[in-house]
Amino acid sequence: MTDDAPPRFLVSPHPDLVTLLVALFAVLVAASAIGYALGRRLSPDGGNAVIENLNDRIRSWWVMVVAMAVALLAGKAGVVVLFALCSFAALREFLTLTSTRRGDHWALAGAFFVVLPAQYWLVYIDWYGLYSIFIPVYAFLAMPIVAALRGDTENYLVRISEVQWALMITVFCASHVPALLTLQIPGYEGRTVMLIAFLVLVVQSSDVLQYVWGKLAGRTPIAPKLSPSKTVEGFAGGALSATALGAALSWMTPFTPLQAALLSFVIVLMGFFGGLVMSAIKRDRGVKDWGHMIAGHGGFIDRLDSVVFAAPVFFHLVRYWWSTV
Amino acid sequence: MAGGPTGAGTALAGTTLKRLARLASAAVAAQAIVTFARLVTAVRAVWQGTGLSGVQRVYFANHASHGDFILIWTVLPQRLRRRTRPVAGADYWLTSRARAFVGRDVFDAVLIERDPERRQEDPVEQMARALDERSSLILFPEGTRNTGDEPLLPFKSGLYHLAKARPAVELVPVWIANLNRVMPKGEVLPVPLLCTVTFGAPIHVGEAEDKDAFLARARAALLALAPNGKRP
Repeated sequence: MTDDAPPRFLVSPHPDLVTLLVALFAVLVAASAIGYALGRRLSPDGGNAVIENLNDRIRSWWVMVVAMAVALLAGKAGVVVLFALCSFAALREFLTLTSTRRGDHWALAGAFFVVLPAQYWLVYIDWYGLYSIFIPVYAFLAMPIVAALRGDTENYLVRISEVQWALMITVFCASHVPALLTLQIPGYEGRTVMLIAFLVLVVQSSDVLQYVWGKLAGRTPIAPKLSPSKTVEGFAGGALSATALGAALSWMTPFTPLQAALLSFVIVLMGFFGGLVMSAIKRDRGVKDWGHMIAGHGGFIDRLDSVVFAAPVFFHLVRYWWSTV
Repeated sequence: MAGGPTGAGTALAGTTLKRLARLASAAVAAQAIVTFARLVTAVRAVWQGTGLSGVQRVYFANHASHGDFILIWTVLPQRLRRRTRPVAGADYWLTSRARAFVGRDVFDAVLIERDPERRQEDPVEQMARALDERSSLILFPEGTRNTGDEPLLPFKSGLYHLAKARPAVELVPVWIANLNRVMPKGEVLPVPLLCTVTFGAPIHVGEAEDKDAFLARARAALLALAPNGKRP
């Protein structure tokens, strides 16, 4: 026997992360098996739209979970790059539906090629004082100036508001997911990546569980004008079971089970309202989905809307009560 | 020296090598252009009234940006892409070496002279010959880029004459949405926005149909594919 450590080709991931990823892959394998069995029984010739959509969704989940796993294993740079790419895709979807004109061309180019990379760079170098106001203050002031310099005043206020709103939602709010890595919680060093896993898992499982509960027990529409498929039963069942799941995940967080449950409930509520708000925008613009990049789900924003609304609130709650910086 | 290459042989090998290098760089450039188009626009084909098919076709589309035929090209599978040639203005594509490389080698465009004064050859004959060589064509019947607020300019008569010359070929209307916002005229930097390319049901010219009636029908078939949302 020798004391020499085996050669390490990669920085070894935290055991909690490995446990979580193994469990997630097990869940996906089970979901794929169930989807396959349902497909064999209820949609042998591909004719059942619900089952086909379910299986599309499960296949897309595989891609999303693998992408997320790779990013989490790669650490801070991986997570920052993954969410910057998601922001890029989401911003592209959002601005496609706005009424911008030729006069906004520089402002739009600035949003994609200056503001977005700058925001994620600030998160990466952990400059909290600037990344928390960069878009709400400086982009907010600069973008209308750029648009005004082009001299096109038609619908001016609507256009600059849409661009600012797009940046706030798809870049500023989304960047609070990787920002979780900059928190410093005594006794939780080197594990902040698990906060991201916790947030994303609670939000997404809430979406999935609301979908499942809605399909099984949904009767009473909760917001018929915005989102006809959302029901009171689906929301209540999904929110409660996702909160319970959050409590059960407290082992990988710095929270007690009760704290984890309360935070999960806040996350779930914000996620639900995020979905409603983004649905309202889709109805306003007369589209069903934000895009077509994720089979079965729609666009990036369709999948990220709840994460984006929950992330800043979760970030600030944890920063205020747990973090030392 | 015995067995040594003759002067003529070296020159021949040289031109073959040059031609190979040109072909290879054209293939690389084509792939790079398609990848770039996908990154910026995430372009998606919508097959409405017709499916993807290897049948020889003339795609006729609205024209608002230099990138228009790149998007049509991008959504076609590679095997069809090589046989689908855009019809473009020689006055634009032959003005510099770089443009000529892209126009001739990468896209294998059918380059026509738009100015009747300077024409050596009838454009309709050029297009018909390309069809006889089994190529499909991409045609912009507006004749020039549309930069105004009108959704679609009046059609030039080339589409009609081509349809008369080769009546069996399917004429497929194709609406390209949003690319004019990605790259408005005069801008150098593209802004990433989602684009769609919508393919409509093929039309043919009627035996007794006159020019104006046919062009009006073709234009209506193309306009019918434009998304009728609140946006352009």
